[in-house]
Amino acid sequence: MKIIRTFGLLAVLALLLAFPLLFGDPAVTTIAIFTLLFAGATVAWNIFSGYTGYISLGSAVFYGVGGYALALLCKAWNIQGGYMPFLLLPLVGLIASAFAIPLGWIALRSSRHVFVVITIAMFYIFQLLAFNLPGITNGSDGMFLPSPPWDAAFFNTPFYYVSLIVLLLCFFVSWWVRNSKYGLGLLAIRDDEERALSLGVKTGAYKLVAFAISAFFIGMIGALVNYFIGSLYPAFAFSPAFDITVALMAFLGGVGTLVGPLVGALLLAPLQQYLTVQLQIVGLDLILFGSLLLAVILLLPEGIVPSLRKTWTRWKASRGVRSPVAGSREKEEKALLAKGGREGNG
Amino acid sequence: MTLIIEAVVLGILTGSVYALMASGLTLVFGVLDIINIAQGILVIVGAYLSYTLEKYFHIDIILGLLVTIPALFLLGIGIEWAFMRRIKRDRVMISILVTFAVALVIEGLLNFIFTPNYVQLTAPYIDAALPVFGFYLPYIYLFGFLLSVVVLTLLYFLVYRTKFGFGLRASMQDRTAAALIGIDVERVQTVTFGIGVALAAAGGMVFGATNPFNAATSYDLISRLLVIIVLGGMGSLRGALFASLAMLVISDIIDVVWSPVWANVVFFALLIVLLLFRPQGFFGRLEGRKQ
Repeated sequence: MKIIRTFGLLAVLALLLAFPLLFGDPAVTTIAIFTLLFAGATVAWNIFSGYTGYISLGSAVFYGVGGYALALLCKAWNIQGGYMPFLLLPLVGLIASAFAIPLGWIALRSSRHVFVVITIAMFYIFQLLAFNLPGITNGSDGMFLPSPPWDAAFFNTPFYYVSLIVLLLCFFVSWWVRNSKYGLGLLAIRDDEERALSLGVKTGAYKLVAFAISAFFIGMIGALVNYFIGSLYPAFAFSPAFDITVALMAFLGGVGTLVGPLVGALLLAPLQQYLTVQLQIVGLDLILFGSLLLAVILLLPEGIVPSLRKTWTRWKASRGVRSPVAGSREKEEKALLAKGGREGNG
Repeated sequence: MTLIIEAVVLGILTGSVYALMASGLTLVFGVLDIINIAQGILVIVGAYLSYTLEKYFHIDIILGLLVTIPALFLLGIGIEWAFMRRIKRDRVMISILVTFAVALVIEGLLNFIFTPNYVQLTAPYIDAALPVFGFYLPYIYLFGFLLSVVVLTLLYFLVYRTKFGFGLRASMQDRTAAALIGIDVERVQTVTFGIGVALAAAGGMVFGATNPFNAATSYDLISRLLVIIVLGGMGSLRGALFASLAMLVISDIIDVVWSPVWANVVFFALLIVLLLFRPQGFFGRLEGRKQ
């Protein structure tokens, strides 16, 4: 069982690495890049919102801050397009985290319901600031990032691999958080914050750190997307569509699980890219996207991954098969535990 | 000085219209535990309905309310029946997503039917204005104010003076206890959702007459409405009224003394400062409702 899983993971990784070689068409690799970046953003969102249960609809704040930070750094240090801006990404991430700490400190003082609304308000403040501070952001005229000197056939390749690295890093951090004592604290906050506090979990600091980690990755992804597009406008850098898309991808896959957000993003992001490019009828993309979401949320309210896991467990139980491999039984128990934990939440 | 008085008067008049839309939102939250993100787009649906009636059937926009308010009431009941009722677990969070998805579908439909071009409602009295204290007050703002006062008074009587309102407030306090003393909580919830959406129709007519709108305007609208209900305290009708007036008056004053571009920022910033000291809003209860 473990061998199968390891080989499966390696195969997926090999496929991801070889993807640009297999599909050279820039139209396809562009969709792939956006998919990887959205997957990264969703996994990062899940590190905070999924594990703690505080749903943030303001992640575009850090996405936009990342984009503007990269543009401003390139301008200030006179950096040309090419590989150099990729090296600035960790710095951009730190800048986004630096924004996240005071914002999180304010927003996390309130209850979960109010938190959602405050994140929306923060998002609007940043969008308005981007419009209203033309000295820094150049207002509604937008900013341009240096364009890389690569030809059209090669252009997407570096972006693809950098996006892949960011996604893998993000997923690794999410895995580490989920399996650490720190992550256990976050899950305790999600299930019962007061009890977690009384058991000695430093809830305030725990939430704030998760918020900053999440902002770090979302900031890097914002910078990458805007570097890839080449320009930056307040309405797109701070867009409500980003906030919502990320949350929906996570909900589709399963909020608070490790692989759920990844699965949700990998399914939804290509579809969304395809719909925006292909459909010429005004409004049809929104109708399809919205209906699909309604169907998913109402039919699979827990998300794809937890629902599948539950079905799998039930199917195995109904067959009455006790697997001789100890590991799989352990997994079943874990699934049942996870299920119990989630129901306790409702 | 005249400018500031004008700003305050206009702020109160438009604030009353926001109070209409926000009380729908806060009422639904109080009774159903649902944050209805679709309220913004439903306001726009109300505006478009008035627009259609006016343009194709030549029905005056105020008379048209007799059609649009019941129509949106029914739409609300339909939405509640089709989607809200199915949410059993983690209502607040799931409802945000469901209502957002509903809003997306409606936005797509509106874009498809009416195209994304901006429109505005027209009526003979929209451009006319009444001179008071040295400035001109457009009649439509006065009509909007009167409409809001009438509708909010009716709502007050419905909630505090009728048997239905008794059931509504009981379900707001404790759903289980309300069900135990024989209140049909499900029916109360459905009707409340309908009323919340119907209030959007009334607000939408005035909004559409005073602002050019398209389907995407709903994003700006819902963010303001959410801020209003948080400021007032979620689930509090009094709070929604108070916060709407405060918000519009403050942002109109900033608009004239400083600059229109900062009016919104200052408002959102004030919200954050307030929440630092009073996380539950002006009239909210600190404790979440225990179910």
